[in-house]
Amino acid sequence: MATTFVKIQTVTVGSGGAANIEFTSIPQTYTDLKVVASLRTDNAGVEAVMIEFNGLNTNLSGRRLTGDGGSAGSDTLTNIRFAICTAANTASVFSNGEFYIPNYTSANFKSVSVDGVNETNGTNAVQSLVAGLWSATAAITSIKLLGNSAGNFVQYSTATLYGIKSS
Amino acid sequence: MANPTKLVVDCTTGITEEIELTDAEVAQMKADAEAYAEQKAAEETAAAADEAKKVSGKAKLKALGLTDAEIDALVK
Repeated sequence: MATTFVKIQTVTVGSGGAANIEFTSIPQTYTDLKVVASLRTDNAGVEAVMIEFNGLNTNLSGRRLTGDGGSAGSDTLTNIRFAICTAANTASVFSNGEFYIPNYTSANFKSVSVDGVNETNGTNAVQSLVAGLWSATAAITSIKLLGNSAGNFVQYSTATLYGIKSS
Repeated sequence: MANPTKLVVDCTTGITEEIELTDAEVAQMKADAEAYAEQKAAEETAAAADEAKKVSGKAKLKALGLTDAEIDALVK
């Protein structure tokens, strides 16, 4: 059971928007990491937030379960992501989700647990559960959140990085 | 016209910087967006094909005499 749960840093997007958010120089003193994000994009198409480590977009994969209130599905991903609210969704509504990365400093491949929903206050909302994997042995020193399109995260989007210690 | 910006948070110093993307980063974003759009289209095509197979399979089971409830119990 975690004995320490610490907010490392938090960021809120300003009026100009942001193409991506990156936490760098992550302390190597915790056991696990958790990123909690509330996001919306100015792109009108289908949008997801993806996570990348150490500036790399390679060796990422995932197995996803999705549900939209009417049906459920599963598929295999070549990245690690969950759906977020877009300019086509109800105004001022943001998606919510988290990425949990245990043992981020180990020399093993890194698993990533994802739980996210693009709550739209409308008829289209998708919940995603992803079992992700970063097939790399390097310790995680930076984490980037980015959309899958050329759009920006809008003002008031937030992301917070937490460190969790097991003892 | 200025490029989009990114937010970089240094977790050691606590300093957040708003940095304009380079032209190369912008080009990479666009390339990634195109690649994702293709991937998404492929996922949707595969999902539609799976749905069509499910519909076809259910129809064949029904032709064999199974009830809707029996079919739902088998395939859910």
